[in-house]
Amino acid sequence: MPKLNINGVDHQVDAPDDMPLLWAIRDLVGLTGTKFGCGQALCGACTVHLDGQPTRSCQTFVGDLTGVKITTIEGIGGKVAETVRQVWTDMDVPQCGYCQSGQVMAAVALLAETPKPTDDDIDAAMDGNLCRCATYHRIRAGIHEAARRLEA
Amino acid sequence: MLPKIIDHLAPAASVKTSRRAFLVASAAAAGAFVIGFGAAPARAATGAAVSAAPAPFDAYLKIAADGKVTILSSQFDMGQGAYHGLATLVNEELGAAWDQITVEGATGDLSLYGNIVWGGAVQGTGGSSSITTSFDRYRKAGAAARMMLVEAAAKDWGVPTAEISVKDGRLSHGSGKSAGFGDMAAKATLLPVPKDVPLKSRQDWTLIGNGDLRRYDSKAKTDGSHPFTIDVALPGMLTAVMIHPPKFGAVVKSFDATKAKAMKGVVDVVATPRGVAVVGEHMWAALAARDAVAVTWDEAKAETRGSAAILAEYEKRAQDKPQATARSDGDATKALAGAAKTVEATFRFPYLAHAAMEPLNAVARMNANGTLELWAGHQLPGLYQGIAAGIAGIKPEQVVLHIMKTGGGFGRRGTPDGDIVAEAVMVAKAIGYKAPVKVQWTRESDMRGGRYRPAYVHRLKAGIDAAGKLVAWDHHIVGQSIVAGTPFQGLIQNGIDQTSVEGASNLPYAVPNLRVGLTTTEVGVPPLWWRAVGSTHTAYATEVFLDQVAAAAGADPLAFRLAMLAHHPRHAAVLKLAAEKAGWGKPLAKGRFMGLAVHESFHTFVAHVAEVSIEDGAVKVHRAVAAVDCGTVVNPDVVKAQIEGGTGFGLGATLAEELTLAADGTVEQGNYDSYTPLRLSAMPKVEVHIVASDAPPTGVGEPGVPSIGPAVANAVGRATGKWITTLPLTRGMPS
Repeated sequence: MPKLNINGVDHQVDAPDDMPLLWAIRDLVGLTGTKFGCGQALCGACTVHLDGQPTRSCQTFVGDLTGVKITTIEGIGGKVAETVRQVWTDMDVPQCGYCQSGQVMAAVALLAETPKPTDDDIDAAMDGNLCRCATYHRIRAGIHEAARRLEA
Repeated sequence: MLPKIIDHLAPAASVKTSRRAFLVASAAAAGAFVIGFGAAPARAATGAAVSAAPAPFDAYLKIAADGKVTILSSQFDMGQGAYHGLATLVNEELGAAWDQITVEGATGDLSLYGNIVWGGAVQGTGGSSSITTSFDRYRKAGAAARMMLVEAAAKDWGVPTAEISVKDGRLSHGSGKSAGFGDMAAKATLLPVPKDVPLKSRQDWTLIGNGDLRRYDSKAKTDGSHPFTIDVALPGMLTAVMIHPPKFGAVVKSFDATKAKAMKGVVDVVATPRGVAVVGEHMWAALAARDAVAVTWDEAKAETRGSAAILAEYEKRAQDKPQATARSDGDATKALAGAAKTVEATFRFPYLAHAAMEPLNAVARMNANGTLELWAGHQLPGLYQGIAAGIAGIKPEQVVLHIMKTGGGFGRRGTPDGDIVAEAVMVAKAIGYKAPVKVQWTRESDMRGGRYRPAYVHRLKAGIDAAGKLVAWDHHIVGQSIVAGTPFQGLIQNGIDQTSVEGASNLPYAVPNLRVGLTTTEVGVPPLWWRAVGSTHTAYATEVFLDQVAAAAGADPLAFRLAMLAHHPRHAAVLKLAAEKAGWGKPLAKGRFMGLAVHESFHTFVAHVAEVSIEDGAVKVHRAVAAVDCGTVVNPDVVKAQIEGGTGFGLGATLAEELTLAADGTVEQGNYDSYTPLRLSAMPKVEVHIVASDAPPTGVGEPGVPSIGPAVANAVGRATGKWITTLPLTRGMPS
């Protein structure tokens, strides 16, 4: 039975090794903030961090995660994450909100790696995260604003 | 996103039911009856005005002992901010603290929740009507609740009501007496509902029009806690995935699930009228077993044409005389024959998928007491209640709807046959109601499940006189009707489905000889309203063609339009504002070009100016400047957000979205690799400028979509001298 370390807690899951992490997180562990959008690593709604790296959980398999620290939207914390969340609400970035767990996870990873991202950095880091409401204008502005606040 | 049901009707507080709305409402009720909904209540059938004296605590809001205010929304929220809008309307009058407010979906009594813009006989969300239908209703509810709270406090304290003030959810008196809303709520609900409910004057508003107000629901959308239908988890709940017919109109002939049923976690495999359901203990169990099921289909009634063949037929039919005339002014034929110069073009529009981020889903649970609970994005709740009852063989009032906010929608959650909701009931029934069941579509099920913006072909001819004036306009639209054969077919009048011609038949330009005709086709691909409905194609065809005509006349596109908009000042005003803010006519950087377009949809006026460059044959949009007139603005920042998002949504479709059927009638796209909505890197800088207005409020969920596409195409036209007449641009770019 695969063991998953999610948000600092070990979970023994009754799942075959080839079960996508997404469904283990949602249906077996019961954390539903990580969303299903495509199942093919094409939309980014299921983004989690594996040892701090943004990763599509729908194309990550539970048998491959021994010793890996998995962080979901429920478990992400610290100054960068809190700043991103605050900016997201101050600027009303979300519309329907369905993709936003993934957007926030991707934005936090970007800012952790690149504290002052350029527009090109943002394009490269965020282009895999679809938003059908097309809140992209505010996502971009939100990342710049979060960078500004984190620097201050 | 339902079409506007009342046309040319002032969307005001004093909305009266037009004959057209009455016809539609009656048709909707009759259609619902056919599918087992039962006749609409007498009030609805007569299209009478809805109650002016609501019982606020029964109908529109609840106040808990802890002071928490829950607003009961008649309107459905798919992300556009309708709940936030209704909360703003209520609280402008109520005076609760903003962080005490939450909103839930409500359904039931049509006199309380019927959409006034649609005549009141149907509850539903669409046609960008949520604020219009709610503007008086929900302000009055908030005001009446406040009066009752004040009255309760006055009685309790033995002081006159006039001496009690209300602020941030607290009632206070000069004597030092003070109470929270929660302390007085129980007493207030027992008081008679005031008959005369005065509303604040416009100049006293503090929330309506306040650009600093933040959406009450944003925080839960940044930490994963906001619940969607996909997150519903009930004790013992099973999850089902579907195997739908590979072609529209096919049905299950037989299936072999021997292998699948032996797989771990698979509970059952069952046939339903909509396909085969694989039911598992959880999503992956069902999904992993899906490929192990072999289904044989009966394709006798299936649509087996490809989209290329369908469009080729439309193109042929566009050359013929239209089946029906939507509008005829003067004599277009004669004027064309006598014109100094004529221009012609044929426009081709593909099928489009809604492709909302949350793939369709619904949860059904039959209870021991005979009630059936349904969790889903119930965009047309009354209709779905009736459909569900019909499938389950119970009474509509035994169907309990939990209205979930959805991960997008764009029209897809408002289906005349209730598709995903009906399917959840069918699956629950097929497994003998032995457990609650969530039916969760995969992305591929969602993409291939039908209900698209229909494909259309438009044929346009224009005539210019010797002075360069547009004197003749002949427009023929060919495509499927969205409403034919549905409870909404009352929208078809004299052979014209209004949703096919809206935006074309009300062309605002002063053209003395103008004809708009329609040919409605019969194709087995299920159509649906798609954010901005008819205007998604009519705005493009009319505004791009107009630029072609302006070029032929040697005129500036802005001046050419303004000269013909003397009787449409709101169109002219947004056009001028967008052009001014964009710097229309000023020199641009090398390789940059501007195009503009203006369009009215759902009584809201939007103009776009797009600044583009063309790099390696691909269009890059650098900047989009929008101006919007939606009358009185309730939430300025939501207006901006919706126009920004609508701009991205419309641009994505224009650039690269296309749903195609292979030559045998199967859908060619399955996921976001082949059906490609806009991504962040293609999003231009967007500016939204709002026209200050005291006019009655109109919606913004859809009107940001139509004009960006033609603005982009017109910039390309100015750059290349060629106008893109085939969408998407990936297909239609001039070489």
